[in-house]
Amino acid sequence: MSNLSKWLNEEKIQYLENVSDWKEAIQVAGRPLLNEGAISQQYIDVIIQQKEDIGPYFVIAPRIAMPHARPEQGAQKLGLSIVKLGHAVKFDADENDPVDAIFMFSAPDSNSHIEMISQLAEVLSDDETMGRLFNAGSKEELSAILLADKAVN
Amino acid sequence: MKIMAVCGSGLGSSFMMEMNIKKVLKAIEITADVEHSDLGSVTPDVADVFVMGKDIAYSANLPEDKVIIINNIIDIKELELKIREYFNKA
Repeated sequence: MSNLSKWLNEEKIQYLENVSDWKEAIQVAGRPLLNEGAISQQYIDVIIQQKEDIGPYFVIAPRIAMPHARPEQGAQKLGLSIVKLGHAVKFDADENDPVDAIFMFSAPDSNSHIEMISQLAEVLSDDETMGRLFNAGSKEELSAILLADKAVN
Repeated sequence: MKIMAVCGSGLGSSFMMEMNIKKVLKAIEITADVEHSDLGSVTPDVADVFVMGKDIAYSANLPEDKVIIINNIIDIKELELKIREYFNKA
């Protein structure tokens, strides 16, 4: 069982029943990272702009988006934030649409996020955990899944 | 033998693919160097095989026989299947 709790807290786990579109989903995911100074507003704007310019490069699997930009585009610290939507939204990502699990991360350089990304990859490839995450209908359920210690599982 | 995982930014999904490729290689007992990079920085000579998502594969300026295209970049089963196919063929 993987553990993302090292990089998460209650503020960085969000459950939202509805958002108007993918842009709002990205803004929401970015807010806690903005609040703690991990990123600047530029980071969020760049992600939205790049998606408009080159397509949904960060929609990595069915239902899952992992929005991020480059360190020099406004990432100041290592950051991770998770948003689960009650109603999934389209990211123009063909068969991966619609998306309801958003994992935004920021990395200030090309190396500091190695451990975090490695743990994130474990969680994303774990069908059992992802099944529970997709079924979660509240922030409490999400926190129970994501903040649980290794020992619990 | 060098395998390069490629994505748009060279930070997120290519990194995840690199880790999953390493796991697959270990499982199927193939030895190779694995690295990750962004699409803008790769040229055909930097690796023997390039692994990338479908979204960027069409804009990649790489020889078709050196590219493994995957649909779901976190699905380790798909990755294993395609890497096995590639090495059986090669």
